[in-house]
Amino acid sequence: MIDQINRSVRAIPNWLIYVAGAVPVIWLYVQGFQNALGPDPVDVIERSLGLWALWLLIAGLCVTPLQRMTPLRLIKLRRPIGVLAFFYVLVHFLTWLVLDVQIPSQIVADIIKRPYVTVGMVSLVLLLPLAVTSNNWSIRKLGGRWRKLHQLVYPAVALAGVHMVMQAKGFQLEPLLYLAVIVLLITTRWMPLSTFRQAFVKR
Amino acid sequence: MANRWRNTLTSDDVTPEAMFLNRRQMMAGAAALGLGLTASPLRAAGLEPNSYEDITSYNNYYEFGTGKDDPARYADQLTIDPWTIKIDGMVEKPGDYAISDLVPQMTIEERIYRFRCVEAWSMVVPWNGFELADLLDLVGVKSGAKYVAFETVLRPEEMPGTRFPVLNWPYREGLRLDEARHPLTLLATGIYGKPMPKQNGAPIRLVVPWKYGFKYAKSISRITLTDKEPPTSWNMANAREYGFYSNVNPEVAHPRWSQATERRIGGGLFAKREPTLMFNGYDEVASLYQGMDLRKNF
Repeated sequence: MIDQINRSVRAIPNWLIYVAGAVPVIWLYVQGFQNALGPDPVDVIERSLGLWALWLLIAGLCVTPLQRMTPLRLIKLRRPIGVLAFFYVLVHFLTWLVLDVQIPSQIVADIIKRPYVTVGMVSLVLLLPLAVTSNNWSIRKLGGRWRKLHQLVYPAVALAGVHMVMQAKGFQLEPLLYLAVIVLLITTRWMPLSTFRQAFVKR
Repeated sequence: MANRWRNTLTSDDVTPEAMFLNRRQMMAGAAALGLGLTASPLRAAGLEPNSYEDITSYNNYYEFGTGKDDPARYADQLTIDPWTIKIDGMVEKPGDYAISDLVPQMTIEERIYRFRCVEAWSMVVPWNGFELADLLDLVGVKSGAKYVAFETVLRPEEMPGTRFPVLNWPYREGLRLDEARHPLTLLATGIYGKPMPKQNGAPIRLVVPWKYGFKYAKSISRITLTDKEPPTSWNMANAREYGFYSNVNPEVAHPRWSQATERRIGGGLFAKREPTLMFNGYDEVASLYQGMDLRKNF
């Protein structure tokens, strides 16, 4: 069964993942143009894209622990997931900038003065070099430094989670759960392999 | 009683019901014919009320959930008949007032008001309601009372959002007595001539058009006259972000949103931001705050 999953994952062409991954963005905007997103389409698009971005970032963080804990080999998906996540973050940001805030001076003021915007912005900036270097050429060129650089994904995703917690008004559970999952996934990186074996693989 | 405030928007400004129900289709049809509706002076002035659909499907009513569509989805669980408002504190005639007895004694008017949310979006709403001052006169305010506190009903079995402490329930709001007595301040019982929809705060809610929307306590179950500034829910949750007064003020930025501009809901994907007006355009309330530093008393 697992072998079958691993084999079919290997068989998926990358271009198909990118095309399929872009569908929700296109679908959201098509609905927005058709006035099918309710009274405030900008808010719906912004929130949906932010949530999709967070899901993809979390999915990206799941690949390695799954590889360590289970016989699942999803490593091939890690790059497309990461690149797609960045695409969602970017469209989320551009939607906020162009359709929501609109006014350039206000955009700058918001990034500097509103902590939840600042945090989201830092997360985007940290993800940028990762997206740019997500290709074989960069891996060859950067050698050992590539691994080091891509550890930026941990603070970037953590800040994305913090961004979600901060934008929520009042005391809300859902954003805290997302942040908890992110923190858990990051801490698994520092757990020795044997801990996983004992915890998850019963023999 | 009533009629002390003259509405600058008239019933002619209300979109006829058949038209607002079909507005989207009509606009699409008009566009197809190359007519367009942009020539309407009401539209140009930005004073056309939002459609009934917009007003009843885009709500902040955290007792039913934090999503904008949660209230429309879950508020039908709320029992609103019978409904009594407990009026207590510094009043001559305290007691439980059934709104079925109370409302017929009041002069119900239509008031078309701008509505500005602290989240920097806005609507125009044709409320039906009576002046809060009339109710205060009916129950008799004792001398020495300075504030009016409002409480929203708290029924966890009917309000799924209250099962988690998003805010310190019950929802509490308050006004200074002179704000409460201002002829602009309403207790609203309807929208567009229909009974107040549950997601909008049925059966009776506060309307204070020069303040941010979260001041408009919904589904009011208690009104208390007091001599001390009453605690208010959002202020208790985050005093740095939500002041007691919360007057619409484009010059005082909120930590989360610049308040200089607003997005008018219902304008679609490419609606331009509009400048926010001091006191949401209701300059007649400025005298209430003479000598006060509105940056400090935000």
